[in-house]
Amino acid sequence: MLFKILSKEEFRNFIDFLLKDTEVIAPKQINVNADGKAIYQFLPVQNFEEIRLDYETTDYSAKTYFLPYKEDLSSCSFLGTIWDREIKYRIQPRAIVGLHACDINALLKLDKVLAGDRFPSPYYISRRKNTFIVGIDHDPCEGGFCQSVGADVVTHGFDLYLTDLGDRYFAAINSNRGFNALQQVKTREPTARDNNDYLEVRRRIASQFKPLEVHNLPNLMDIEFESKVWKKWADKCMSCGSCAMVCPTCYCYGVEERITMNNAKSAKIKQLYSCQFLDFATVAGGLNFRPDRETRLKYRYYHQHRGFVEAYEEPLCVGCYRCGRVCLADINPPDIIQDLQTEYQE
Amino acid sequence: MTNLFHPYYITQEAEMTQPLDYNRRSRLKHVDQVFRSEIINVIPLTDMEKLFQLRILDEAERERFSFLPGQFVMVEVPGYGEIPISISSSPSHKGYIELCIRKAGVVTSILHKANRGAVVGLRGPFGTHFPIEKMRRNNILLIAGGLGLAPLRAPILNVIENRTDFKDVHILYGTRQSDMLLFSYQYEEWNRIADINLRVIVEQADPTWTGSVGLITDLLKEMRIEPMQTYAIICGPPVMFKFVCAHLQQEGIPMDRMFVSLERRMHCGMGKCCRCNIGSTYTCLSGPVFDYWTVMNLKEAI
Repeated sequence: MLFKILSKEEFRNFIDFLLKDTEVIAPKQINVNADGKAIYQFLPVQNFEEIRLDYETTDYSAKTYFLPYKEDLSSCSFLGTIWDREIKYRIQPRAIVGLHACDINALLKLDKVLAGDRFPSPYYISRRKNTFIVGIDHDPCEGGFCQSVGADVVTHGFDLYLTDLGDRYFAAINSNRGFNALQQVKTREPTARDNNDYLEVRRRIASQFKPLEVHNLPNLMDIEFESKVWKKWADKCMSCGSCAMVCPTCYCYGVEERITMNNAKSAKIKQLYSCQFLDFATVAGGLNFRPDRETRLKYRYYHQHRGFVEAYEEPLCVGCYRCGRVCLADINPPDIIQDLQTEYQE
Repeated sequence: MTNLFHPYYITQEAEMTQPLDYNRRSRLKHVDQVFRSEIINVIPLTDMEKLFQLRILDEAERERFSFLPGQFVMVEVPGYGEIPISISSSPSHKGYIELCIRKAGVVTSILHKANRGAVVGLRGPFGTHFPIEKMRRNNILLIAGGLGLAPLRAPILNVIENRTDFKDVHILYGTRQSDMLLFSYQYEEWNRIADINLRVIVEQADPTWTGSVGLITDLLKEMRIEPMQTYAIICGPPVMFKFVCAHLQQEGIPMDRMFVSLERRMHCGMGKCCRCNIGSTYTCLSGPVFDYWTVMNLKEAI
């Protein structure tokens, strides 16, 4: 990896350069909540002032720019008894500025599922390859447990990754186009002092996390499969599916088709779904493989902390705590995992 | 765009990155391709089920299309939806495939209204298959309950076409009522021409029924099984294959010699939509055909 130093002013020039002819997505303050805390969201920005790189976290992840909540997979035009299909992939370049390590790690996990050897998704890959990613280091957000699931550090999956050193940024460059982009502004090689400052910041960030024991989860989940913990939490669950909507790694979906009013065209529409919805696993004839909330909640955790580990040697969860923050019933991963650990100890 | 971004056009990917495999998973561009297919014949089987014969319109693709017994395809009726259906015809049969479809939902209902000549979409084939090649020189038990005969018909036909490779072949088939029996016009042929011991049983007999009455496990109890020289394929509702497999296990057949086909909701067939997830296993990738040992290890599978 190559490293460069750029001043804050040069960074502003860099954003201006990006804004010239690329859609730039960045954290933007959209409101304050009841407690007076700022609410941020990844949205298109028009100028540098709108970007809030000091944001703590966003309620929604940036996954919508890779996996839109709703997306037309294809459209059909009917010509008599025959029909013709058209597929359009999104290719317009886009830059996302200000992704935290957890969100970039989330993209890497999505890459494994959606851009791997088995049935790579052209829709996803087209968006992913055409997105320029600038990440940024930050102090831990409230509730976040990314360090415990190994998602607080990121070594690839981005073009540039910035660390704030007060008056300047320490930029890690991870792609050719990232390198080319930085050549548009003034940068310099890092000195020993820059390196020291950078490591100091990294140490400061790493020391602030509260540890959560997750390494034994794959095994624990098998043993605690019948645990009362699941019922305790599921009794509060309202099956609203918000956890999956805000999750940066949840990728499950449903497909439905719609016909236009004049019967001339139809669209195949993909819409993100949630495994907490009642009909998630219902098959023809009405048989539901997961009829109760307990099973559905359990399988959400089972998939993230056991199944994904089995397949890819790492949990699917990146510890961003968005699901915990959005849940109306206060269901959250750290508490559930803690409960499981406690029951296991007993 | 400036020279910073060279937009990446997925449609300009090389035609194929690897040699063509049977379900095209290595061709990025064609992962989501739907083959337009014509319904060349519709054969009514019962009040609820019809057998559809489908032919891929594109001649080169039709020639290239191949599958293994137990695999499924995604059938799309544009404007209505897409559903997973297991293939009921023989894998050696070129030119068209047969799908036995029960009228159960939106897409199947509209399919049941379709006539010869209608064009639907096909994706696939997907999933694992029954390892027939491993079963050679053994006795074979083919057991189906209800609609389970639809996925079982592909291995049945495959076994019949290679009859000499196998020792004794038994087909046990049970339904609730006699008017629900599928493919009844073929029983005589399987029984006499293919030298297969075919036994049919119904739960509730009507006055016209002259055959056996009872549960499928009743047929099993009357059989003598050589456990180490027998393979079993079981298709049917979970409650049925649970009892059948338990019985076969008691008879001494190792769990990895029994194969079942699982049904799950599917929206993609490619391990993406998560709907067919059993715990952590995708039914569309690691299944639908599993050996019974794997099924026992999948929590919530049955």
